[in-house]
Amino acid sequence: MPKDGGIGASTLRREDIRFLTGKGRYTADINLRGQAFACFLRSDVAHGRIRSIDTSAAEAMPGVLAVMTGADFTEVGGNPTGWLVQSRDGATMKEPKRPVLAHGKVRHVGDAYALVVAETYAQAKDACEAIVAEIEELPAIVDMAAAVADTTNRVHDECADNVVFDWGWIEENRAAVEAAFDAAPHVTTLELVNNRLSPNAMEPRASIGDFDSGTGDYKLYTTSQNPHLTRLLISAFVMGIPENKLTVIAPDVGGGFGSKIYHYGEEAAVLAASKRLDRPVKWVCDRSEAFLSDAHGRDHVTKIQLATDTEGNFLALRTETLANMGAYLSNFATCTPTFLHGTLMAGPYKTPHVYVNVKAVMTNTVPVDAYRGAGRPEATYSLERVIDKAADELGIDKWEIRRRNFINPDQFPYQTPVGLVYDTGNYHATMDKLRELSDIAGFEARAAESAAKGKLRGFGLSTWIEACGIAPSNLVGVLGCRVGLFDAATIRVNATGNISVLVGAHSHGQGHETVFAQLISEKLGVPAASVEIVHGDTSKIPFGMGTYGSRSLAVCGSAMMKAADKIIDKGKKIAAHMLEAAEGDIEFNDGSFSVAGTDKQKSFAEIAFSAYVPHNYPLETLEPGLEETAFYDPANFTYPAGAYGCEVEVDPETGAVDIVRFTCADDFGNVINPMIVAGQVHGGVAQGIGQALLEGVVYNEDGQLLTGSYMDYAMPRADDLPNIDVDHSCVTPCTHNPLGAKGCGEAGAIGTPPAVVNAVIDALRRGGHGQVTHIDMPLTPSRVWHAIHG
Amino acid sequence: MHDFELVKPASVAEAVAALAAEGAQALSGGQTLLPSMKQRLAAPDRLVSLLDIPEMRGVCHGDRGLAVGGATPHAVVAREAAARYPALAALAGQIGDPAVRSRGTIGGSLANNDPAACYPAAALASGATIVTDRREIAADDYFQGLFTTALDEGEIITTVHFPIPERACYMKFEQPASRFALVGVFVAKYADGVRVAVTGAGEDGVFRWTDAEDALTADFRPEALQGLVVDADGLIGDLHGTPAYRANLIAVLTKRAVAAA
Ligand SMILES: Cc1cc2nc3c(=O)[nH]c(=O)nc-3n(C[C@H](O)[C@H](O)[C@H](O)COP(=O)(O)OP(=O)(O)OC[C@H]3O[C@@H](n4cnc5c(N)ncnc54)[C@H](O)[C@@H]3O)c2cc1C
Repeated sequence: MPKDGGIGASTLRREDIRFLTGKGRYTADINLRGQAFACFLRSDVAHGRIRSIDTSAAEAMPGVLAVMTGADFTEVGGNPTGWLVQSRDGATMKEPKRPVLAHGKVRHVGDAYALVVAETYAQAKDACEAIVAEIEELPAIVDMAAAVADTTNRVHDECADNVVFDWGWIEENRAAVEAAFDAAPHVTTLELVNNRLSPNAMEPRASIGDFDSGTGDYKLYTTSQNPHLTRLLISAFVMGIPENKLTVIAPDVGGGFGSKIYHYGEEAAVLAASKRLDRPVKWVCDRSEAFLSDAHGRDHVTKIQLATDTEGNFLALRTETLANMGAYLSNFATCTPTFLHGTLMAGPYKTPHVYVNVKAVMTNTVPVDAYRGAGRPEATYSLERVIDKAADELGIDKWEIRRRNFINPDQFPYQTPVGLVYDTGNYHATMDKLRELSDIAGFEARAAESAAKGKLRGFGLSTWIEACGIAPSNLVGVLGCRVGLFDAATIRVNATGNISVLVGAHSHGQGHETVFAQLISEKLGVPAASVEIVHGDTSKIPFGMGTYGSRSLAVCGSAMMKAADKIIDKGKKIAAHMLEAAEGDIEFNDGSFSVAGTDKQKSFAEIAFSAYVPHNYPLETLEPGLEETAFYDPANFTYPAGAYGCEVEVDPETGAVDIVRFTCADDFGNVINPMIVAGQVHGGVAQGIGQALLEGVVYNEDGQLLTGSYMDYAMPRADDLPNIDVDHSCVTPCTHNPLGAKGCGEAGAIGTPPAVVNAVIDALRRGGHGQVTHIDMPLTPSRVWHAIHG
Repeated sequence: MHDFELVKPASVAEAVAALAAEGAQALSGGQTLLPSMKQRLAAPDRLVSLLDIPEMRGVCHGDRGLAVGGATPHAVVAREAAARYPALAALAGQIGDPAVRSRGTIGGSLANNDPAACYPAAALASGATIVTDRREIAADDYFQGLFTTALDEGEIITTVHFPIPERACYMKFEQPASRFALVGVFVAKYADGVRVAVTGAGEDGVFRWTDAEDALTADFRPEALQGLVVDADGLIGDLHGTPAYRANLIAVLTKRAVAAA
């Protein structure tokens, strides 16, 4: 029987009512009294030296209140990178400064170098057009290989060959990997590109700076996935505003996919402008601006090699990757291709020797940072593609080669050669489940039907694992992370028994308001309807690290469980007092406190009321109130994993790929709300299909963005997607958090691209085009057709 | 978007007069013009809306075939041309999305002459006549290159006459992002011959594939196209397809259009 509430119930999303009836309150919906509007002037050249900026004409335009340029921000600090990565020679990476507004140089098309604030947005925009800037154009650095080869033309002076770091993981493995390759009977090599993506959250970024000259307090309303991090960065690095004088509020946020994790210069700029004008200053990004200024994702160029014996047993793996950083280091840019990528290169396999080399390269393009999956999709794609290629070369079945190399269920905890310890998993189980759901037996008949229509049918398999529940602070600190990655929750039981839960995680589509209420409802035995989840406002919530990396349930949910345990402990103290019993004799079950072995009991609501009406409390031993906070720092990452199957039909005459069947078998550990988990997987798969078939940011050699609108950047639409069959019945609970939960938010985006590409290559191979061993994403009709026909 | 004045004439004559002013521009469905104004690529001082002119709206059938008013939205053509000229109705029904189809109009589409638009293929393949406030222009003379037509400044398309073919079909292969035609081929068979018009592919916009026309006039079967190749020279190459790919699509879509007509 499915439950109708609590853990395991597919409770409908309570937040949907407000979103679907237009009652969501997004940053752009907030209008403050006296607000003025900001517009940013953005570079239309990729690389140039700013010779002069004349703002006098703009300043004289109607309605203009202030014009600011990079020169106004030379006194404030720069936006830092969150991880300091060491090169393999032991040198610390280069960290070129990222100013609030470009100063001295512009480094990508869209780089903001001036700001106009006016009474209306149209006036601000008009005045931006009246700013006269003399920019001496420099040759654009776009292609990564060229960037590395050229030591004279530099994006930043401090990066001599445009390389930020040259990272080896793990350096100690290198000799053993090379020896294994030298001795290996078979080596499969694949060169591939993990295409650059534009995140395209439905809600573009927006920020309102609101300085109160009466109190000296600043407020920033902004589209953020983690308001505390934004506050910390602005306080400690960028503007020096003390944290107790700065509130960051991220209200309803319409999707992020990573792009809203980071602090952006526009946020600091509206705060500074608000202070200067003593008025609120609002900026709302338009879609064209978003393409030019939201952090992009992926963009790796990789050579991967897999050494095997003739039976397909993996002997060693090595990769060389150029990872594009873009023009500035965004907050987590350096971590994505390293500790979220290199550490996952073992996948679910027991390959004994693995070595990963990543060079991070600066180019005159939009900064690149974590995007749904962040590093793990890149790792999974390279690995699952090279395995398919090896299987074809060796003539081994795709399922079998994986099965042969999986870590066995009895090998956990499993120490990989790339630094992680997988706590638990069962990769055979998810792959078997996938096989069962994929109707492999019926494939040949379906292929024959396709052939009758002139189509080629193929099946693609991929297995995936990720490290999420980001992240154990102890471990990431050793790896160069500059922040902690715990999370926090406060449970405030109100006098009449209802509950406010103040959480550090931030919901921008995930459904936390529903799922977190289910958790508290189950744990404290109260109706979910009496639990309210509060998030997004640093003046209310405890210091948490926001939402990304499939961390909210595993990390913040665990903090909630810890806080709930404290509430129960405190409730027992109160109950002991009220029932005149020893604390040790109080039991808590289903929302009521009772004395063991008696019928004496108090309901949760009675305990709550008493906590705030403590007329006869022994104050030395019993404190009034029922409110507890817990911080939870995970002991390890969590390791969800799964297997994805994709069936395609390729039209060889046009190169069009149609995904006709898509199946996911995932192990997410314990699942709190199956409906929401399915939704997360659906969304991730849609993005994965987008990456595989449709999406791709393209620059020309001058660094002009060719995919600057939806006319050229292809987002997946409903009719591009198949019905997606989702299963998460294979469960190996996480061993180190109280929920046994692993995280599901990124799975689809990780497991999908290789399944799709493997399916297309399989279709071509079966259709007699075995010469095609790889096609780079996105597999547009034109690319597929050229692969077939030359 | 810059400020502008909006006028709503009730007749073609009033519209022509209103368009005589400096900086005036016709506004029909606004599906092209308004986005370009929002992006500040166009900044007319005055917009002259054509949507309130009854004689420019709707589809009717007469001795010159189907007459479609210049300000008729795609959704209306999709519905009202279905009985008499199903291939034209199907084309209209595949333009953009429901919102675009309920606003965008045939006159706007033909006046704009986007190289990837659908209607130019229908007009050219049907040998349509474009009627303006001052003259009639044969489709063969009307399309003059990318975003370029025979229209003069301030000239308004009031009606388009489509002779009705015996058989016809439009095959559209969508550009994955915009879903305009990456290549679209309109094949129309008339008593006096077959016309094949290609959109989305030509560097100079819509064009007729005369080799295919000859072959199909002789034998209206897909097999008649066997061995015919399109020269990739002069075809568009962009992110979404090379000239060679487009040349291939022209051949494939023509074949499929003939089979489905
Ligand atoms: C999202 C989207 C998807 C689309 N997809 C497709 C597609 O798949 N296929 C396709 O063919 N088109 C497509 N379009 C274009 C659309 O179908 C319209 O046809 C096109 O935008 C022009 O028509 P309109 O009525 O909107 O013209 P407007 O935008 O009002 O005007 C366009 C131009 O034509 C001029 N003009 C308008 N009417 C007349 C007239 N009667 N006489 C003289 N000049 C005139 C205007 O002055 C202006 O210069 C798409 C548009 C959008 C926004």
